Amino acid sequence: MSVVGSVFRGLGKRWIDRRLGAPGRRTRLAYRRIFILPSRSGLLFSALLVVIWLGAVNYSNSMAFLLCFLLLGISMLAMVHTFRNLAGLRLQAEPPRPVFAGEEAQFPIRLDNPDRRERAALALRLPDQPAVLVDVPPGSDTRAHVTVHAPRRGWQPLDRCVIETRFPTGLFTAWSWLRLETRCLVYPAPEPGPIPPPQGTGPASGDRTSREGDDDFHGLRRYQPGDSLRQVAWRTLARGQELQTKQFAGNARQGIWLDWDCLSELGVEQRLSRLCRWVLDAENARRPYGLRLPGQRVAPGLGPDHRDRCLRALALFPA
Amino acid sequence: MSTGPIRQLLPHRVLFALMLSLAAVTLPHALHLPPWLTAILVVTAAWRYLAGSRGWRLPNRWLLLFLTLLGAAGVVLHHGTFIGRDAGVAMLCLMLGLKLLEMRTRRDTVVVIYLGYFLVVTQFLYSQNLLMAGWLLLTVWALTALLITVNRSTTPTGWFPHAGQAAALMTQALPLMLVLFVLFPRIPGPLWGMPEDEARGVTGLSDSMTMGNISELSQSDAVAFRVEFASEPPPPAQRYWRGPVLRQYDGRTWRQGEPDHTAPPSAERLGGDMDYSITLEPHNRTWIFALDLPVQISIPVSVNTGYALERSNAVRERIRYNVRSVLDYRLEPELGDRDPAIYLQVPEGSHPRTRALISGWQSEAADQDALITRALAHFREQPFEYTLRPPLLRGDTVDEFLFESRRGFCEHFAGSFAVMMRLAGIPARVVTGYQGGEINPVGDYMIVRQSDAHAWVELWREGNGWQRVDPTAWVSPERIDLGLGSAVPARDNPPTLSRRTPSLSRTLALQWDALNAYWDRWVLAYGPGMQQQLMERLGLGDWRRMITVLALLMLLTLGALALIILRRRPQRPEDPVQRAWIRFCRRMAAIGLPRRPEEGPRDYARRLIRERPDLAADVEALSRLYLHLRYSGRGSPNQVRALAAHVARFRPGRKAAGQASPET
Repeated sequence: MSVVGSVFRGLGKRWIDRRLGAPGRRTRLAYRRIFILPSRSGLLFSALLVVIWLGAVNYSNSMAFLLCFLLLGISMLAMVHTFRNLAGLRLQAEPPRPVFAGEEAQFPIRLDNPDRRERAALALRLPDQPAVLVDVPPGSDTRAHVTVHAPRRGWQPLDRCVIETRFPTGLFTAWSWLRLETRCLVYPAPEPGPIPPPQGTGPASGDRTSREGDDDFHGLRRYQPGDSLRQVAWRTLARGQELQTKQFAGNARQGIWLDWDCLSELGVEQRLSRLCRWVLDAENARRPYGLRLPGQRVAPGLGPDHRDRCLRALALFPA
Repeated sequence: MSTGPIRQLLPHRVLFALMLSLAAVTLPHALHLPPWLTAILVVTAAWRYLAGSRGWRLPNRWLLLFLTLLGAAGVVLHHGTFIGRDAGVAMLCLMLGLKLLEMRTRRDTVVVIYLGYFLVVTQFLYSQNLLMAGWLLLTVWALTALLITVNRSTTPTGWFPHAGQAAALMTQALPLMLVLFVLFPRIPGPLWGMPEDEARGVTGLSDSMTMGNISELSQSDAVAFRVEFASEPPPPAQRYWRGPVLRQYDGRTWRQGEPDHTAPPSAERLGGDMDYSITLEPHNRTWIFALDLPVQISIPVSVNTGYALERSNAVRERIRYNVRSVLDYRLEPELGDRDPAIYLQVPEGSHPRTRALISGWQSEAADQDALITRALAHFREQPFEYTLRPPLLRGDTVDEFLFESRRGFCEHFAGSFAVMMRLAGIPARVVTGYQGGEINPVGDYMIVRQSDAHAWVELWREGNGWQRVDPTAWVSPERIDLGLGSAVPARDNPPTLSRRTPSLSRTLALQWDALNAYWDRWVLAYGPGMQQQLMERLGLGDWRRMITVLALLMLLTLGALALIILRRRPQRPEDPVQRAWIRFCRRMAAIGLPRRPEEGPRDYARRLIRERPDLAADVEALSRLYLHLRYSGRGSPNQVRALAAHVARFRPGRKAAGQASPET
């Protein structure tokens, strides 16, 4: 029985996937991708129509027939209108903001209504989750945020989610599945509580010599987004080399190295968790910091971009 | 339970609109609801509204249950039953009122709106006139707008949101409604029988006649039936509409008597054919009325011993039939097997004074004809008065009427005249029905009202059969020629519409009646019978073919509507300058020169001029004006209008006159 059931489910899923087409960052709800069925209140409504019809027959009442057929006509058209509320809608996944593990990842999805009519009361949700409700005014767009719990660091993909609507009459539910190619970066959860940062331990102390002055040229590294334009090595760029950032010894003034190796007593995830805590604390304290992980190194620095770079390295650290 | 969700369920103005719509739905019912129930509805609606707007508490489950039981007990006490039309409607209203106090979720609100739809239907059990049709559209519109509002899970704006959308939905649903109304197979009702109270409100002739019951019926303005004649209608004196024929007499009441299961009486046509159609209002009895004497009818009826037409089941819905009658006829010249004694029977010892009067006349009169004339003359000579308010007779009704009160309505004259004839040995019976009818000039048809109810006498004469004699005509000729309103004194208060004096209200009433007559004929009378007739005429007599056509038509209509609804209509840009430019580009695209995506207006115009030098002047002017308006920031409204107007009159041809397209 369950085998048959799962075979059917499998076939159903394959049929649906075929109808839905390949996933992508954006999608347009074409007719064949929209499914529609009567809702529970639609079934109640049809029961009401049957009762009215029986009454009309019993009393040979023409006006009751008229009303019965008017309501039947309205409910048939309600199907078309509910369908129309979804058909032709364009959806696009926008890059979500990274979160820490254990938080809720918010996937922004842009709903674009190219038509002259408003699309009201669209519900976007993951299966078995509460929905986000949005209206999309005519010829404009709205953003809806689908919330997903992100338990683990790394890339959190957006599962197949449902966009559905019962508007206007609530008699029918029209829905479609969205397989949007989007993922949210999840940083490791910072270890709770104040953890004293590493004090002069490890190779960070070896940089003491570079404390002399801000302007001491230290070397070049590849440009990374967020680096100050004043520090771009224009001269090397002019020579046709790639965009590089000049590094000065002063950048690491009072800086610390947050080092994987000095946490050998902890497990992988705990180390990442602690490093994450240190990164946040150092950033808060405006104290330059660098990150050393097996196989990669983020040179010391400060600022939101630097922090994100470090956190990203932690998030994507191979398990 | 906290009041928070209650207040948030619906914005208070939507709640107000809901209460207002429900009030509109229940308002016509207030006429036949017990007053305490109307009061309950008002209180519950107010309570629920204040709960929504002021945060009042709603009653808890137990109080609600108690109120429900109390209300149900009240309905049973008032109506004596749960079921039936009046009690059922009362229960529905009670449920609606109490459901309002339980309206805590969207789902409850939807149920309230569904109850509202259902209450709209129940109103049609009381009245189905055109006013009701307008009311149907109005209430369904309001309820649908509310249904849309409630189902919108996001907050709507405005006082009556989605009114336009509901109106559009209804308009689109009308063609579907029409197709279903005409083609959806109709099953003859009733399915489970009708409770008695349905008949209570229906007026019509009864199966028996005592002095007083027709005059009671004549107080009513209600329409009995409407008639359309194929040619000229008969003169007033010939407008006798035959109904039940009464031959059994017990000294007080005239009844039909037991059917004698013989062949229907023979009728001989002598001339004066009349063809007409009757739309008969429901009267809850089996009688089918027709002009004296019907010889052909389009619906199945049986002709009883008294030559009255009867249907096998009671007329509970409006029906329409075609009849041919003859004005000159000879009815049952030979009584055959029928025993004439029943037509002579008067209870032994009744009406002593009348008996004495008749035996006096019998000794004077040469023959029966002379005696008939003598009796009719008696009505004219003695101070008899025709009145709608006859005094109540208690003792021997005929004697009392003939010798003391002398004031009576048609049943008094017909009843006592038949008794006199029987005492004189002339077979006599009473025929009830309607006499008269008024032509409505607006629709060119005749209205016969309950106030035209009448009773007359038929005498059987050897060789001539049954002949109509109307004693009322001898007392009050105006009754026959001009109708009830002119025949009885004004102090009797005859029903307004029975007075034939012209007035504005009367003209309006007649016009309204004409409208309703069309409505009745084409919409309300459309039942299983009429559907069958229509389908046969269309060649769809077979029900399978009918259902196929219904399905096809529904699909076609729905498909066409879906095409209209789903047609993609891109949002037009707000900016008129932009709109004009897009229009210009569309025009050019139509002649095979679409703008390329990478082309700005200037490049596009340059290319257009290169390819179509003949359009250079227009393209140059238009593109320059567009660029100026869009990018210089110094455009004037006049220039905007000029651009729009120029684009509007710019109609490029596919090829320049007298030259081949440069592309070929």
